[in-house]
Amino acid sequence: MRAFTYERARTPQAASHATLPAGAKFIAGGTNLLDLMKLDIERPTHLVDLGDLNLRAITGTRDGGLHVGALVTNTELASHPRVKTEYGVLSRAILAGASGQIRNKATTGGNLLQRARCPYFYDTNLPCNKREPGSGCAALTGLSRPLAVIGTSDACIAQHPSDMAVALRVLDATVNTVRPDGRERALTLDGLYRLPGDTPHLETTLEPGELITGVTLPPPVAGTHVYRKVRDRASYAFALVSVAAILNGKAARFAFGGVAPRPWRVEEAEGVSVDTAPGRRASAVIDRAFEGARPTAQNAFKLPLLRGTLTAVLESAHGGQA
Amino acid sequence: MSQTSPTPKPSDADPPALAVSLTVNGTRHDVTLDPRVTLLDALREHLHLTGTKKGCDHGQCGACTVLVDGTRILSCLTLTVMHAGQHVTTVEGLGTPDALHPLQAAFVQHDAFQCGYCTPGQLCSSLGALDELARGVPSHVTADLNDVTFSADEVRERLSGNLCRCAAYPNIIAAVTDVHAAQGAQAAP
Repeated sequence: MRAFTYERARTPQAASHATLPAGAKFIAGGTNLLDLMKLDIERPTHLVDLGDLNLRAITGTRDGGLHVGALVTNTELASHPRVKTEYGVLSRAILAGASGQIRNKATTGGNLLQRARCPYFYDTNLPCNKREPGSGCAALTGLSRPLAVIGTSDACIAQHPSDMAVALRVLDATVNTVRPDGRERALTLDGLYRLPGDTPHLETTLEPGELITGVTLPPPVAGTHVYRKVRDRASYAFALVSVAAILNGKAARFAFGGVAPRPWRVEEAEGVSVDTAPGRRASAVIDRAFEGARPTAQNAFKLPLLRGTLTAVLESAHGGQA
Repeated sequence: MSQTSPTPKPSDADPPALAVSLTVNGTRHDVTLDPRVTLLDALREHLHLTGTKKGCDHGQCGACTVLVDGTRILSCLTLTVMHAGQHVTTVEGLGTPDALHPLQAAFVQHDAFQCGYCTPGQLCSSLGALDELARGVPSHVTADLNDVTFSADEVRERLSGNLCRCAAYPNIIAAVTDVHAAQGAQAAP
């Protein structure tokens, strides 16, 4: 691991300001950053530890929603009484990811900002535009089975690895931030995540020093909350595909994971074919939401897999409500 | 921006060492170390507590699992300087050869290891997982998020971050199940 200097921040704004120098980074749980530092993929020269910041609370908002501090751990968020009861898709998504030890340490803000798990991003002997801008993408013609099928570019086909973020997308959560001058803003998840285009090393719209202070969930969405994740082994693996769904009679919301550089949701697809059988309805939703998909030969299976997964979600929810 | 912080110089020279106090297995330690030192390396190389094992050093195997303030985490994926003032429990803090922790005794009784390399992590992870179960923390296999009950499936899922190359998994589950049953018997009136 390369050398870095270390400080603990006292306030969010001080933390934000402290990471302005080039090469400085925030550290919260550290479960992804330290792994990448050991591999010489992340090379911060200065770490600003957020551990002392007062961002660990989950509190109700005035409109009946929930505010989640950025330092709330994945375990705490998934176990919170209101999250389990009113935002079940979020509990389920978090519990489908990582291991118990990692969920105990990983934070809400850090989960959103975790880096891609593309094998070529991790292999420093091979080109990767995300790791070394301009070096090329070895995944395009390489082992692309786990990678994205839509939202990609000729520069990068890495998928976003988070399960939590897929649930936050279906819940219409917003991400709260503070900038070095103290100004705050709220971003939707689509507003937070950039698609790769020709700059895949720029993954978010956060400005230099901008700190995620929390996530705001709108008032609960009634209905059956489901998170269905398909992976190569039953536990502790990233998604091949995942479906976050909230089903309430004919009304439905769907977001998809494991298939795009950010949680993938196309609202216009959610109302199609609501009166047809689950299989036909799932096909119609997937056809619409994945219009323009550019899978590789190795990951083209993700589209039929997603159809089958969504069909299963619709069937189980239908059975559950009967 | 009116203020600018000094830009840290990119350098591979050793950064200034930092003083950290932490309590390990009930004993307070004051150490001065490079900020790069992980909690795992501090335990093994600085405090010479070699019970905690370095397997993959990348958060994939669970061999380095310890309890920090009672919660199981991976000591390889955290820096020592992030844990000032906290209480760490390692396998050395569970029991002694003459007075085994009930879970250690159950591992022996059920033959829950062969080479033993993953065992300290399995022990700490199991204790953390049992505590999480008792506190009602749900898992991926919990049918009702508000009704967490013990089962072999729950143990399997909750210990999926601890690999055992000898594949002693059935015996580990048997040992953890025994300890859970004994805890329940103790808690009963």
